Amino acid sequence: MKALEIHNLEKTYANGPHALRRIDLEVEEGDFFALLGPNGAGKSTTIGIICSLVNKSAGAVEVFGNDLDLAPERVKSCIGYVPQEFNFNPFEPVAEIVINQAGYYGIPRTEAKRRAEGCLKQLELWGKREEQARDLSGGMKRRLMIARALVHHPRLLILDEPTAGVDIEIRRSMWDFLHQINASGTTVILTTHYLEEAESLCRNIAIINDGEIAERAAMHEMLRRLHQQDLVLDLREPVDEAPVVDGYPISRTGPCTLEVLVPPGHDLNPLFDGLSAQGIQVLSMRNKQNRLEQLFLNMVKNHREHSA
Amino acid sequence: MNYWVAFQTLVIKEILRFSRIWVQTVLPPAITTALYFVIFGTLIGSRLGEMDGYRYIDFIVPGLILMAVITNSYANAVSSFYQAKFQRNVEEMLIAPIPHWVILAGYVCGGVARGVVVGVLVTIVSMFFSDLSIHSYGITLAVFVLTSVLFALAGFINAVYANSFDDISIVPTFVLTPLTYLGGVFYSIDLLPPFWQEASLFNPVLYMVNAFRYGLLGVSDIPISTAFHIILGFIVALFAFALYLLKKGIGIKS
Repeated sequence: MKALEIHNLEKTYANGPHALRRIDLEVEEGDFFALLGPNGAGKSTTIGIICSLVNKSAGAVEVFGNDLDLAPERVKSCIGYVPQEFNFNPFEPVAEIVINQAGYYGIPRTEAKRRAEGCLKQLELWGKREEQARDLSGGMKRRLMIARALVHHPRLLILDEPTAGVDIEIRRSMWDFLHQINASGTTVILTTHYLEEAESLCRNIAIINDGEIAERAAMHEMLRRLHQQDLVLDLREPVDEAPVVDGYPISRTGPCTLEVLVPPGHDLNPLFDGLSAQGIQVLSMRNKQNRLEQLFLNMVKNHREHSA
Repeated sequence: MNYWVAFQTLVIKEILRFSRIWVQTVLPPAITTALYFVIFGTLIGSRLGEMDGYRYIDFIVPGLILMAVITNSYANAVSSFYQAKFQRNVEEMLIAPIPHWVILAGYVCGGVARGVVVGVLVTIVSMFFSDLSIHSYGITLAVFVLTSVLFALAGFINAVYANSFDDISIVPTFVLTPLTYLGGVFYSIDLLPPFWQEASLFNPVLYMVNAFRYGLLGVSDIPISTAFHIILGFIVALFAFALYLLKKGIGIKS
C-alpha cells in the first residue's frame, strides 16, 4: 500500500512565486524516505500541504488511500508531524504539551497521560515533564516535538529537519530512535540538510528543486550513479610532489595529504599498488565529500542548467 | 474521532492558561471595578441622586459587571488565539483531526470561562458597595453568558486578522471601550438629547447592558426581546464568519 501519493501538486503563493509545479510523488508503506532540496526548493511547502498547514493551489494528496480533500480528518489521523521550528507553547509544562496533543486526536485524558508518559520516557524527557518547555535545551525541545508527534501512534511520521542545530551525540541517538520507529512499521519521511543523515537512514530519496522533482530513486541506485569519488589520503611520510599512478588523477593538498579522483568502476587496489611501488605508505583514507552530498550538488546544478 | 475529548482538551487548556496568570487576567478587573464603585458610585454617585428610580451606585452595577464580562471574554479569545498564531502552536490544532467548529467552540468557551470568573468576582465586589438584588435569574444568566459568547467570538475574529500585538489592542482600545462607555453603563439614554438617543440605538452594547440591567433591577431603556434578538443575531453572524475564516485558513495558513 502507498503511504503517500501526490499527483500534480501545485502551489502558487499570493505574492506570486510558484512554490510547487505539478509534483508527483509516491512513498510506500514502511519506507524511510528522504525529501531533499536546497533552501526554498519547495520541501516545506510540500510537507505543509500534506499536513494541512498550507492550502494547495491544485493537485491531489492521498495518505494511506484517504484523499486530503474528501477525508481530511482521516488523513490527519494518520500523520505525525515534527516541524522545522519549535511550535509549542513555551510556557506550558512538557507533559501537558504532549497530553494536549493526544487530546486533539480524541484520546481520553487518562489514556493520553499514559501515552505521554511512554513517549516522554522513550525520548528521555520524563524527568523534565513538569518543567516549562522554554527551559529545555535545544536538543530536548526537538525530542519534545518528536514525542508530541508520536503520541497518537501515527502510521506516517513526517520530520522536517529534525536534527537541525543539535549536537552530534543527540543527532546519533535520534537516528537510532528513528530507525526503531521505522522498524516498528511507521513510514518515515525526512527532510534534512545533513546528507549523511539521509544516506544513513533512508532507503528511498527524492530531490526537489525549484518546485519540481529533479530526481526520485532508491538510495543505493542513486549512489551508484555517482560519476567519481573524491578520496583524501593521509600519508605516513611527507611527499614533495604528487605521485603519478595511471588512471588515477592525484593532487597534493599538503605535505602528508593527497587527493585522488577515482573514476567510476575503478578498483582501489591498483592505486594502492602504484603508491606502494613509489614507497608511499597510506595511513588512512576518507571521502572528501559525503557521497550523497556530491551527487546532490551535481543534480541540483544539472537541473538548474537544464531549466535555464 | 471523539470530538468531545478534543473540545474538553481545548477548554481545559484555555482555563489553565488564564488561571496560571491570574494576577494579569482575573485580579485587575476586580480592582478596577472596585475603584469605579468607590469613585463613581460612592464619592460622585452620592451627589447625583437617583437614576431610573435607583440609587446611582445600584444603577451602574449591572453595566460595570457586564463591562468586565465583555472586556475579559474578548481579551481571552484575542490574546490566546493570537499567541497561538504568534508562537505557531496553532499548528498543533491544524494538523489534528479537529473540525473547525470544535476549535472555535473551544476558544469561545475559554473566553466565556474567563468572562464568567471575572463577572462573578466583580459581582462579589459590587456586593460590598450596593444592595444587589436579582429581578430575573433567567434573564440575568442568559445575558451574562450570551454576551460573553458574543465578545469571545469577536475577539477570536480579531485574533485571526491580527498580524502584530498592536492589532490585538487597537480594537479593544478604539472600538470596544468607546462602545461600552457609550452603551449606557453609567447613564440612562433618556438623559441624552433626541439625536444621541437615536444614535445610541446603533450601539449593540446598549442592548446587552440594558438587558442585563433588566435582569438585575427590572428597568431597561429598550425592549428585552429586541435585545435578545440582537444579541443572538450577532452571535450567529460572528460564529458563521469565524468558521468561514477558519475554513479558508485566513490568517493561519499560507
